[in-house]
Amino acid sequence: MTPAPILTISGLSVSFATPHGIVRAVDGLDLAIGAGEVLGLVGESGSGKSVTLRAVLRLLRRNAAITGRIDWRGQELLTAPERRLRDVRGGEIAMIFQEPMTALNPVLSIGLQIEETLAAHTDLGAAGRRRRAIELLSRVGIASAAARLDDYPHQFSGGMRQRVMIAIALAGAPKLLLADEPTTALDVTIQDQILKLLRELAGDLGMAMVLVTHDLGIVAETCDRVAVMYAGRICEAGPVASVFAAPRHAYTLALLRSVPSGGPARQPLDPIPGQPPRADRPIVGCPFAPRCGFATGACRTTRPPLEAVTPDRVAACFEAARLPAWREAA
Amino acid sequence: MNRASYTAARLLQIVPTFILIGIVVFVLVRILPGGPVAALLGDKASDEAIERITRQLGLDAPILVQFWRFLETIARGDLGDSIAYHVAVVRLIAERLPVTLLLTGMATIFAIALAVPLAFVAAVTQNRWPDLAIRGAFQVGLSSPIFYVGLILLTVFAGAMHIFPVGGYGETPGEHLYHLFLPALALALSFSAVIMRSLRASVIEVLSAEFVDFARAKGLRRRIVLGRHVLRNALISTVALIGLQIGDLLGGAVITESVFAVPGVGRLMVDSIFARDYPVIQGLTLALAVLVSLVFLATDLVQMALDPRVAK
Repeated sequence: MTPAPILTISGLSVSFATPHGIVRAVDGLDLAIGAGEVLGLVGESGSGKSVTLRAVLRLLRRNAAITGRIDWRGQELLTAPERRLRDVRGGEIAMIFQEPMTALNPVLSIGLQIEETLAAHTDLGAAGRRRRAIELLSRVGIASAAARLDDYPHQFSGGMRQRVMIAIALAGAPKLLLADEPTTALDVTIQDQILKLLRELAGDLGMAMVLVTHDLGIVAETCDRVAVMYAGRICEAGPVASVFAAPRHAYTLALLRSVPSGGPARQPLDPIPGQPPRADRPIVGCPFAPRCGFATGACRTTRPPLEAVTPDRVAACFEAARLPAWREAA
Repeated sequence: MNRASYTAARLLQIVPTFILIGIVVFVLVRILPGGPVAALLGDKASDEAIERITRQLGLDAPILVQFWRFLETIARGDLGDSIAYHVAVVRLIAERLPVTLLLTGMATIFAIALAVPLAFVAAVTQNRWPDLAIRGAFQVGLSSPIFYVGLILLTVFAGAMHIFPVGGYGETPGEHLYHLFLPALALALSFSAVIMRSLRASVIEVLSAEFVDFARAKGLRRRIVLGRHVLRNALISTVALIGLQIGDLLGGAVITESVFAVPGVGRLMVDSIFARDYPVIQGLTLALAVLVSLVFLATDLVQMALDPRVAK
C-alpha cells in the first residue's frame, strides 16, 4: 500500500440481535484506506459493505454488537467518547447515502441542512455560513445556488439532491468521504456525472474516499484501489488494474466473469452458482468454498487468512496460485 | 402551488363551510319541538297571539326568504335578543366566550407541555422501563372520564389542601388563571394522553428514517437531531390530532363547565336549553361551529408551516 493509511480497520465484526437469532453482517474484516486514496468496496447485496461504513461512524442501531478496532489517524473510534465522535462525524469523516430523497430531511430547507453542518464544525457566523453554503452548492454544480438555499429537497431532481448531499458532506472539510452506493438510485447518465464530480472533488480537496458499489465498471472508472467483500469479509484488495487483470481470490475471478466486461474482446457471461452463506450460522473455512470451482479440503475446514500476495495486494485464498489471469493488465 | 396560494385557497374553503353551518343552524331551530313562538308565549297562548308573534318574527314568510333574512342579520353581526336575559345574544356570547377560550387554551398548553417531552422520553426508551411507566400512567389518564378526574382534583387540591378554589372564575386576569387551573388540568390529562400516544408512535417511526442517520453522520448534537430533525417531522401528524382535540374541547365545554361551575359558553348553553332561549341556542351553536372550523383552519396552516410538501 503506497500512501500511509489514515483509516485502518482490523478484525471488525458486527452482529445484530434479531427476533430470529444473531445475524452476523461483518465477520472479522481487515481494511486500510490511504490518505487521498479512492477505494472501491465491492460485493453482492448483503455482503456487509454498508454495515462496515456505518460501523466506522458508529451509526448502527442499538441491537448491533461491534467488536474489533477502527484506527482513525492513530485514534480508536469504537471506544471514542461521544463528544470526540461528534467532531469526527462530518468534520473528519463524512458520509453520503444511497437515496438522497430519504437521507435529506424533507421538512428542512437545504440551506439549513448545509448550515447546521457548518455550525457544528466551523467557527463561521450566520452570514459566513450562508456564504459558505452558497459556495458549496456552486462547487457541486447547482446553478443559481443563492436562490435555491431556501428550497426543500422535494423541489430538486434526483441528481441535484445527490449533489446537495455531497455539498453537505463537504461542509465540514472531511479528510475521508464514505459514499454508500451514491449513484444506485440515479439514471445512468446522471450516475456518470456524479461519479466524475466525486472523483474530481476527492482529487482537488485531497480527500480520501470509500466508494461502496456492486458495479465493477464504476470501480474500474473511478477508483485507485479495490477491496472485494464476501460474507462480511475482505477476499482481496489491491490496485484496481492489477486486481482486475489477475485476481488472487476465486470469488473475485467469479465476480469478474459474471458481469459484462465491455471492450471489443467480450467474454461469455458466467453467473456464480449457488447462494451466499447464511448470516445466522457460523461459517467454517472459506465462506465462498461451497460455490467455488477451485476449492480443496483445506478451504472447507480452515479460514484462509488475509495475507500479502504481492507488495501492494492482499488476498484470503488458499488457491490463489492456481487462478488463471482474467485479462491483459490495462 | 406555493404557500401563499395554498393559504388563500384554504381561506376560501371556509366560505362554503360557514354557509353550510348557517343552513344546519337555521334548519335545526325550525325543527326543534316547541319552536320559538311557543318558547316566547308559553304553552297557553291564544291562536291570535301566536299568529301575531309568528308574523312579527317573520316566520310566515316563504322558507327561502326567511333563510335570506337569517343570513342578512348574521352578516350584520346581529344574532337577535335573548328571551331569558333580554339582552343581545352577541353581547351575551362576547361575555362568556373568553372564559371558554381561556379554559380551552390553558388545557391545550398543559396537554402539550405534558405530552411532548414525555412522548420523546417514551420513544427513545422504547419498551424499557421509562417508556412502560409513561405509557402506563397515560393509560390511566386516558381511561378516566373527565368528571371523575375533575372530582378527584377538586377533592384533593381544593377540598383537602385548599390550594385551589372549588369553582368560579374570579375578577382579575390573575384570578382567572388561578380559578381555571384545576379544570384545565383535568381536561389536559386525557387530552395529553391522546397526543402522547400519537406523538410517541410518530417519533419512533421518524427515528428509523435515514435522514436521522444522516443528521447523526453530520456530527450534530443529539439535542439538535431530536429537536430539529425528529420533532418537526413527528409533529406533522400529531398537529392534526391536536386540532381535532381542541375542537372536541370546545364542543365538550357543555359538560366540563358544568362540572367545574365555570361561567363559559358551555354553561350558557345548558341554561339556555332549559330556558328554551332559542336565539341564544342558535347564536351559540353558530359561534361554536365557526370557532371549531377556525381551529381546523389554523391546524391546516400550522401543518403547512411544518411541512413544505403540503403546499406543493
